Amino acid sequence: MSNNFKGIAASNGIAIAKAYLLVDPDLSFSKTTIKDVTAEQARVDDALKAASADVEIIKSRAEKNLGADEAQVFEAHLMVLSDPEMSGAFKQKIADDQVNAEQAVKEVTDMYIGMFEAMTDNAYMQERAADIRDVTKRILSHLLNVALPNPALIDEEVVLVSKDLTPSDTSQLDRQFVKGILTDLGGRTAHASIMARTLEIPAVVGSEVATQEVAAGVTVIVDGLTGDVIVDPDADTLAVYQQKAADYLAQRAEWALLKDQQTVSADGKNFVLGANIGSPKDMDAVLENGSEGVGLYRTEFLYMESDHLPTEDEQFEAYKAVVEKMAGKPVTVRTMDIGGDKNLSYWKLPEEENPFLGYRAIRISLDQTDIFRTQLRALLRASAYGNLWIMFPMIATLAEFRSAKKVYSEERAKLEKAGVAMGDIKLGIMIEIPAAAVLADKFAKEVDFFSIGTNDLIGYTMAADRGNDKVAYLYQPYNPSILRLINNVIAAAHNEGKFVAMCGEMAGDSIAVPILMGMGLDEFSMSAPSVLQTRSLMKKLNTADMKLLAAKALDAETNDDVIALVKAAIK
Amino acid sequence: MAQSKEFHIIAETGIHARPATLLVQAASKFTSDVTLSYQGKDVNLKSIMGVMSLGVGQGADVTIKAEGEDEAAAIAAIVEAMETEGLAE
Repeated sequence: MSNNFKGIAASNGIAIAKAYLLVDPDLSFSKTTIKDVTAEQARVDDALKAASADVEIIKSRAEKNLGADEAQVFEAHLMVLSDPEMSGAFKQKIADDQVNAEQAVKEVTDMYIGMFEAMTDNAYMQERAADIRDVTKRILSHLLNVALPNPALIDEEVVLVSKDLTPSDTSQLDRQFVKGILTDLGGRTAHASIMARTLEIPAVVGSEVATQEVAAGVTVIVDGLTGDVIVDPDADTLAVYQQKAADYLAQRAEWALLKDQQTVSADGKNFVLGANIGSPKDMDAVLENGSEGVGLYRTEFLYMESDHLPTEDEQFEAYKAVVEKMAGKPVTVRTMDIGGDKNLSYWKLPEEENPFLGYRAIRISLDQTDIFRTQLRALLRASAYGNLWIMFPMIATLAEFRSAKKVYSEERAKLEKAGVAMGDIKLGIMIEIPAAAVLADKFAKEVDFFSIGTNDLIGYTMAADRGNDKVAYLYQPYNPSILRLINNVIAAAHNEGKFVAMCGEMAGDSIAVPILMGMGLDEFSMSAPSVLQTRSLMKKLNTADMKLLAAKALDAETNDDVIALVKAAIK
Repeated sequence: MAQSKEFHIIAETGIHARPATLLVQAASKFTSDVTLSYQGKDVNLKSIMGVMSLGVGQGADVTIKAEGEDEAAAIAAIVEAMETEGLAE
C-alpha cells in the first residue's frame, strides 16, 4: 500500500523515477580500540582516495555548469584531502591512541576546524573551517560506508527528494539524470521552483512530508501539473502516468517548436500574440513562452502592492525594466485602474453603492490629475528604453479621451523642454464600456489603437457580475451580441487603418480565437502560459475559413449556437 | 646542504586562498622537503592546512627552505610563483 500525498505544483510535467534522497545521512560512530594499526591506517588511505574521487567528479561538474572560478572551492577540498600533514596526523593518531580511523579523523579535523574558527578577524579562514567540515563528512561517509548524496554524483535517472534545494544544489543538477524534483519546503516562487521551471524539470514543492514518506530507491511519480505525488505505484497507476507523461511531452515538444516562431495562420496571415502582466516579475514567463509583445501591463499592482502612492522614480524603474526586457517588442501599459474591486490600503476611496459603475480608473485619473501626471511622466521617461504604448482604461466618451490626451501632451511637452529622452508612444483606449464599443468609428479617428477588455465589456453589456453565482449564466462571451460589438470595434479600427488588440480572457480561449481571427483582430494578449498553445491552434487555421465562421457566428442566435458552430468547424 | 630564501609579503590578503593553493601546488612538485617559517613556526609548504594555519598576512617576513635533491629547482619555482602572483618581493 503506497502513501500518496500532495504538494504545490511548481513545474509542469510528469516524472517517474527512483527516489534519490538528498538528505544528510547519519554519520555517527563509536570510538573503539583497535589492534591492527596498519590495517586501520590503510582504511584512512582508502577513504581519502575515494573521497578525492567524489570531489573530482563534483569539481568537473561544477566547472562545466558554473565555470572555473566557482569550481575553485572544490580544488581547495582536493588539496585538503591530499594534505600530507593531515593524513600524517590521522595515522599518527591511530598509532598513538590505538583508536579507529573514524575517531582519529574526527579528532584531527576538529583540531583544524577549531584553529581556523578561532581566527575570528579573518572571514576567509572561517570559511575554510566550513570546507574542512565538508571534507570530513565525505571522508567519514566512506569510512562508514554510507552514501553522502550530492547532486553531481547522480548517474542514473532519479526524482530528487529533499527538504529544500539550495542554489548550489540546483546548479549541480544534470537534466539528463534528474527527472523530477520533490521537496518538503518552498512555494511556487521559491528558488527550487524557479530553477525547476527554467530547467524544465517537473517539480512538486512544499509537500511537507516528502523526505519522511519517500524512501531512497523507491519508485515515485511526481505530477508537476497537479501537485500529486504517488509513492511506489502499482502497475495500473504506473501505466496511466506513463501515458500522461508521454502525452505531455509530445504536446510540449510541439509547442516548444513554436516559441521563436511568428504567429502565422495556415494561409500565411500574421497575428501578434502578447502576454498580460502585473509586474516586471512576470517577464520571465513572458519571454519563456515566446510572447511577441506585452498586450496588457496592469499598473494598478504597483499601487496595490505598495504602502504609498508609488513615486515617479519607482514607477519609472518598473516600466523601464519591462520595456527593456521586451527589447523593442511593443509593451502596452494601462494607466492605473483602481476602484471597482481594486482598493488601496493607504488611500481610501469614497464608499459607493455601485463601485463598478462608479469612481474608478480614468475617472479617478482625470479628477486627481497629480497622480495621473506622475504616472504619465514615469511612462514618458521609460519610453526611451523600448517600444511603449499607453492605454487609458474605462473610457466612455470622446471627451474623456481628449482630456487624458491633453494631460499626456502637457507632460510630454514639459519633459521635451527639459531635454528628457523619450520614444514614440502610441496612445490608445481600452474598449470595455459598451458606449465606446458602439461609437468605435468616431474614437478610431483619434486614437492610435484599441484594446478590447472582454471581461468588463461582457459584464457591462449583459449587466451581470460573473462573480455572482445567481447571474453568472449571463457571462456569455460568445453571445452574438458581444461578438457584434467586438466586430464593430475591429471593423471601425481597420477602417481608419488603426491597430486593434484584445486583452481579456477571450483572447486565449480556443472557442473565441477562431472567430476573432476571422474578424481580423490584430493582437491577442493572454496569460503567458497560454501563448504557445494558442499559436499552435492559430497555425492550423485558415483566415478565409475563419471569416466564414465569424460571419455565421455573428448571425447566430445564442451563445450555445456559436459554441456548436466553432466545434463543428474545427475538429 | 639546504637552500633558503626570504620574502616580504606584499599581497593585500597575505598568503590565503589562491596564493596559498599556488604555493602548495608549486612545492608539491618536488621531492625535497619544503618548509615555510613565520614568527618562529615552521610548517610543511606541501600542506595547505599547515600554510593556512600560519595566518601569514600582508607585511609579514617569511623564510622558505628546501632540502633534498631538487632543492635549487624548488626554490626557483617558489620564487617564480611568488613573483607572478605579486605575492612578495
